[in-house]
Amino acid sequence: MIAALRSETLKLTSTRLWWVLVLIMVGYVGFTAALLAGLFGALGDQLAAQPDAPQLPPEMIPPVVYSAVTAVGYVFPLILGTLAITSEVRYQTLTPTFLAQPRRGRVLAAKLVVLAGAGAVFGVFGLIVTLGLGAPILTATGNDAALGESATWALAGRVVLAMALWAVIGVGVGSLIQNQVAAIITVLAFTQFVEPILRLGTSIWDWTAAVGRFLPGAASDALVGSSIFTSFAGGGSADPLEWWQGGLVLLGVAAAVSIVGYLTAWRRDIT
Amino acid sequence: MRTRTTIEFRNVSKDFGAVHAVSDLSFTVEPGVVTGFLGPNGAGKTTSLRMLLGLVRPTSGSATFGGTAYRDLPRPLATVGTALEASSFSPGRTARNHLSVYAVAAGIPRTRVAEVLELTGIAEAADRRVGGFSLGMRQRLGLAFALLGDPEVLVLDEPINGLDPEGIRWIRGLLRHLAAEGRTVLVSSHLLSEVQQTVDRVVILSRGRIVHQGSLDDLETAATVLVDAPDRDALRSALRAAGLAVSDTDAGLAVSAASADVGAIAHRAGVPLSLLQPERAGLEEVFLELVSAPDGGRA
Repeated sequence: MIAALRSETLKLTSTRLWWVLVLIMVGYVGFTAALLAGLFGALGDQLAAQPDAPQLPPEMIPPVVYSAVTAVGYVFPLILGTLAITSEVRYQTLTPTFLAQPRRGRVLAAKLVVLAGAGAVFGVFGLIVTLGLGAPILTATGNDAALGESATWALAGRVVLAMALWAVIGVGVGSLIQNQVAAIITVLAFTQFVEPILRLGTSIWDWTAAVGRFLPGAASDALVGSSIFTSFAGGGSADPLEWWQGGLVLLGVAAAVSIVGYLTAWRRDIT
Repeated sequence: MRTRTTIEFRNVSKDFGAVHAVSDLSFTVEPGVVTGFLGPNGAGKTTSLRMLLGLVRPTSGSATFGGTAYRDLPRPLATVGTALEASSFSPGRTARNHLSVYAVAAGIPRTRVAEVLELTGIAEAADRRVGGFSLGMRQRLGLAFALLGDPEVLVLDEPINGLDPEGIRWIRGLLRHLAAEGRTVLVSSHLLSEVQQTVDRVVILSRGRIVHQGSLDDLETAATVLVDAPDRDALRSALRAAGLAVSDTDAGLAVSAASADVGAIAHRAGVPLSLLQPERAGLEEVFLELVSAPDGGRA
């Protein structure tokens, strides 16, 4: 198993894919965090002057800025995890992989573990940029950057955990949908289109909101404890999940897709 | 003394839906010789090899290495070296990293990676990305992967495809050398002429069934002999009297028999020969006849 883990780590680090994705993610979440921090700074005074406008308590602002990593960036570890499998299918490298390690379950298990680590690394890179850009902008616009508070660092830890889980979910999705184009379209369509609509739709009634909070994106926001979406959407009266419940939902999704993928596509003939 | 491991196919069949890709395949590949696994494209060669390697599950039967299935081998790459299609590479990875990924997975020391790169003549390209490799270089990299574990058995699918003449000569020498060391070597090809000078034994597949297995000489006895005499009519009568099928050609009489037999018949009939020539090109024709016969040839 150690050999399989080392092999999968080398696979991941010996092509340019992972750091290309890191670069794009860093640009995207950095831009989002800077934008949010700047907006709160500029609008904060105007909003405060209008008592009937929606108010965001000042202590909620730094978490919203820092959690941009997961709020908009979770799709990157998800894609990395998916590509870890579908690129092997696309380039027919599952053949040498299974020749070197015929126990296919071990290969999948090693990928799940290694990609969890890679997702955590993505989380760290994301936090460096959201904290590095967000905190100075918050301070400059007269807000509290909250860097001294333990809650901020607990949030950072949960961001890293969420990113790790998203990468693991990606591996599961790849093991289930092995065609690269189909897998990427599914991931993008679900995360960028289907789920946001479902989350909005389910927030209309209480009973749907009770179901909607179990959607993976909502569970991820619950795990992290903050997100630009939960801060503004918040219409439904159903309480969001506890952070650990959100984590368990993500873990459950990862386990479900991986197990189904293993039992179906992963054991198929390699022709 | 190296361990000698045979390849054993026992009544192996594989259906893809309604298509019988391989039907009741039984043969043994012995160590110490190069065995050719021949048949036209689509005959079921690659499917058979993939079943042997645990990549495709047979519908029935078993393909093993001396009785042990690939997935049950304690150190698979050290027992069996495999080169399948020449395209199993991530184009963004260097040749050295490509080999290292699998060496690490199989517990093979990284020093061996440098050795096989040297052995296959691509050491200078080791740190270039595989995406820029020519087909010939990819074939060599595929072979480097096969040799990683210094295996007892080599299973190579179309290894000559895409090699330049110098590469072909090199791989022929390498295969003979590996067999002479007591290894079991199975080489597939869709062209008999491509491996004719390299293989000692052949297993010929057509439409998923074995149509011939044995030594290359066995195949040749089924070939045509071109024979002629100043008195061609007398020769024709003598051969016909011996029960042989004779047909006239511009160059002489074409007879389906071994040349030694034809000579003996002519000698007994007192007909002096002006020509007795086994059709070397006939080997390819026998092969083509075997694989194209509508009933699958002589099973």
